[in-house]
Parts: sequence; C-alpha cells; structure tokens
Amino acid sequence: MAWEAPAARAVPAPPRAALTTWLGWAGLAAALVWSYRGTAADVGAVLGPEGLAQMAVYVRRLFPPDLSRALLREVATSAAETFAISFLGTLLAVLIALGLVFFASANLAFAGLLFEMERPAVRAARLLIYGGARGLLNLLRTVPELVWAILFVFMVGLGPFPGVLALGVHTAGVLGKLFAEVLENVDPRPIEALQGTGAGRLQVLAYGILPQALPHFLSYTLYRWEVNIRVAAIMGFVGAGGLGQRIHIAISLFLEHQLLTLVLAIYVLVTIVDALSAFLRRRLL
Amino acid sequence: MPPSTPPPPAVPFLASRPSRFTRGFLLLFGLTTAASWWAARVDLSTLFSREALRNALFFAAEGFPPALSPEFLLFLVRPALETVQISLLGTVVALLTGLPLGVLATASLAHAGPLHELDLSGRPVRRLLRFLPYGLSRALLSLFRSVPELVWALVFVRATGLGPFPGVLAIGVAYGGILGKVYSEILEAVDVRPLEALQATGASRWGVFWYGMVPQAFPHLVSYTLYRWECAIRASAILGFVGAGGIGQQIEISMRMFNFGEVVTLVGILVLMVAGTDALSLRLRRRVL
Repeated sequence: MAWEAPAARAVPAPPRAALTTWLGWAGLAAALVWSYRGTAADVGAVLGPEGLAQMAVYVRRLFPPDLSRALLREVATSAAETFAISFLGTLLAVLIALGLVFFASANLAFAGLLFEMERPAVRAARLLIYGGARGLLNLLRTVPELVWAILFVFMVGLGPFPGVLALGVHTAGVLGKLFAEVLENVDPRPIEALQGTGAGRLQVLAYGILPQALPHFLSYTLYRWEVNIRVAAIMGFVGAGGLGQRIHIAISLFLEHQLLTLVLAIYVLVTIVDALSAFLRRRLL
Repeated sequence: MPPSTPPPPAVPFLASRPSRFTRGFLLLFGLTTAASWWAARVDLSTLFSREALRNALFFAAEGFPPALSPEFLLFLVRPALETVQISLLGTVVALLTGLPLGVLATASLAHAGPLHELDLSGRPVRRLLRFLPYGLSRALLSLFRSVPELVWALVFVRATGLGPFPGVLAIGVAYGGILGKVYSEILEAVDVRPLEALQATGASRWGVFWYGMVPQAFPHLVSYTLYRWECAIRASAILGFVGAGGIGQQIEISMRMFNFGEVVTLVGILVLMVAGTDALSLRLRRRVL
C-alpha cells in the first residue's frame, strides 16, 4: 500500500496584536517623549563631539589614582567602616525580620491548615496582628535607606552607627516580605503529616516549616548583603559613616585623583563581598 | 493509663559534632561580628538614651499632622512627575546601554560553547579575537554597576549641572551595568538545542541569536527590565539628595530645615508612587510571562 502523507495540520494564523497592545506601545512612546522634555534631556550634550571631549578630559584628570600612604590609610579605615555597616546592618535586618515574619505570613498567623479548628474570635484577633505586622514591614521597606539614615543621624548623631540602624531597618522590611513569601509557599504536606501525628503548632513550625524555609532565608539574606555593601558605600552622603563621606568631599572639591582611589576601593569591596557571598551560597546551600 | 511514649530518636544534625567547616564558619562569623561592632562604633546607649528619645519624639510631634496645605501639595506635583520621568527615561538609557554590552558579554555567543567548537578548535588567534570584546564589555558592565548610582549622579551633576538630566544619566549608567549582566545571564541560560539545530541548518551567529535565543529569552528580558523600572522609581527619588531633581531634592530641603511635617507628606507620596509602579509593573509582567 502506498504511503499516504498525513493531512497537513492547519497552522493557526499568527495571533494579531490586540488593540490594547498597540495602545500600550503608543502610551509608552508618549510617556518617553514627555519624559525627554520634562527632564531637559539633551543627548547632544552627552554624545556630541563636545560632550565626548569633556568626558575624555574628566576621565584623564582621574588618573593617576592618589596612592599616597596617608590617603590609603584613611581609605582603609572608611572601607572597614563600610563593610561593618553592611554586615551588621544585614544581621540586624535578619533579626528584626525573623521577629516579625511569623506574624506576617498568613499561614502561620491566622489562615490555612494550622487554624482550621480555631474559634472565629481568636482568628479575628490573629488577623489583626497579621495586618499590623504586614503594615509595619511595608513601612520599613518603602521608606528609602537614606531617609532612615537622616532620621537616625538626627537621633543618635553622626557616624557609622546610624548607618547600621538605617540599613537594618530598611532591609528588615525587604527581608520580612521575602521571608513571608517563602513561609507562605512551603509544601503543606509535611505540615499535614505532622498534624496527623498530633504535633503542636510550635512543633509543626520547627519540624515541618523551618527546614523547608531556612535555605531560602539564607539565600535571600546573602543576596541582600550584596545589595547592602553598595548602599553602605553611600551612607556617608548624609553623615552616616563609611566611604560615602569621602566620596562626597572628593567630588565636591574636585579631588579627582582621590575620587579614583575611592571608586577603586568600592570596586574591591563590592567584589570581595560578591565572592564571599557566592562562596557561602555554594557551601551552605 | 496512657501508653508510655518511646523516647524521641536523637536528631542527627544536633547530636553529631559540627563539621570542621561549620566550626570555622561560626568562629569567623563571630569574629567578623565583633570586629564590625567595633569598626561601626556601635553604641546602644546612644540609641536608648534620653536624648535619642527626645529627638524621636520631637520628630513625631513635628511630623504629625503632615503638611497637607493645597499650595504645598500643588507645588509637589512637578517634582513627583519629574521623579517618574527620570525613572522612565533612565530605564530606557539603561536598556540602550545594557543590551548591546549584555549581548557582547554573553559567553555562549561570544566565544564558548557548542556554537564555536568547530570554528575555534586549533585557532588561538581567532579565539582571542572573539574573547576580547567579551572581556571588555564584562569589565565595563562591572565598573558601571559597582559604582553606586548616587556617586554617578554626583559626577553627572558636576558635568551637566543641577536638574533631572544628571539623574537620568546616573540611572542609565548604573542600571545599564546591572541590566547588561542579567541580560547576559538570561541569554546564557537558554536551551542550547534549538541553537545547535539552527547552526546545523547553516545559520550564521546572527541568525542563531535572532531566531534561537531571542524568542526564548524575550519574556524574561522584558520582565527583568520592568522590575528594574520599579527599582528606578525608588532610586530616582533618592538622587535628588545630590541635586539631581525629583522628589528627593524636596525631601532633602525639608529635612535640612527640620520641617518634618513636609517630610512625612513627601515620604507618603513616595510610598504611593512606589506602590503604584509596583502594581502596574506586576500587571505588565503577568502579560508578558
């Protein structure tokens, strides 16, 4: 019997872009024009021959970096401060986040398997606590680090310590939200199994939920540490210690050789922390 | 009488001695904490002192009620819009910076992996020639993103004068570095089988990129760019602290004048703006992914 070609399947016509998509692109284009005019942007001033020449002059003025012994000693001190701010700030953030997150994840606060049998009044009270914890985390997260830093400088004075507090408080909001998402997404089956054996809530938490969540907590914490070393480097702009203060001065007073040294210091610091974080991630996770 | 319960089995990870790595890690962790405590001049007594409490109460008393006079709110419309404009245009500049550099910095396109096996075996010079732009663009991206955007902003304020434009450039450069790195990671993570299939049909590297990589990577590229736009709103609000326009400049001024009622209003507006962009970006991301 002759081989018969299978009937060609109807190829669906490529989907036509919906009207809303076109409207979306048009809206984006309009928004960009509006932004270009609103920000007094001037591509010519940057990429034109004059702008490029100016940039070249500036870059040339940065070299050579100032490597005098006195400056290097000061930079090393500031870099140590920056590292300390990022490290302690992240640590503080973890402590605050861990204190709040168990009230801020729905499945541990009021909903789901653990609370099926709970009386409505108790659940309502727990819902209230949950709302409070969520609200607090949102507040901590949405106020930028530098605003926190100004507030803490106002409270406890200049220096790296307010930087630690500011970083800790803001990052606590970020980590709290991420941790709560982890807790809400754990596999419920171990929880059910533990409940079936008669385990109490704390035991379910310790043996059913935390073992699943801790690796994710650790991973997010390392990620935020990588972010925070960069933030700690600018805390000094508002008087909260570290390299930032020197950078601010160096740029404002046109000390370009010093600026290059400081930028190199940031580069080294960021690279070290990224490498440390990658190493810990490999070993611990 | 209830049956006696058997003793719980020893939990292995608590019972066994911690490994050498764990002990070393804990020791280093403790030392680093102590050294940082000293280097950051942590002084809890200042935090819980009467003066700190007085300052906090002063702030709370001054901050509430927030400044909500119609003139002030009307005056804030422009800086708030400026912040949105800086974030939008800054993200576009970042895209234009990050995309070409990110493509060049993709190892699987530039010099490594199955696309180059035949091409480069036994040709060290050609291998070097392909590695060069890759290495250069990696270094450039790494420089762009390790310098914080606030430092870029200060440099650009020096170069182009006060106003929102240096903010655009600062976000463009700093986020360009981040976008470029993540773009290259996304492009490297695509399934290689379609690429090899395309190559087997005789497609050029450009063809492999365009028909093999882009269709796989596109949704992720768009999604990450949108996420960065959310971050850019926050960042552009801060850039005003060094004179790069937007609502941050106003926060700085009100802070310096100890006008905390205005500060509370400004931070409230910032929070609303961030929440608004988060919601919009989430909806857009759901559509592309």
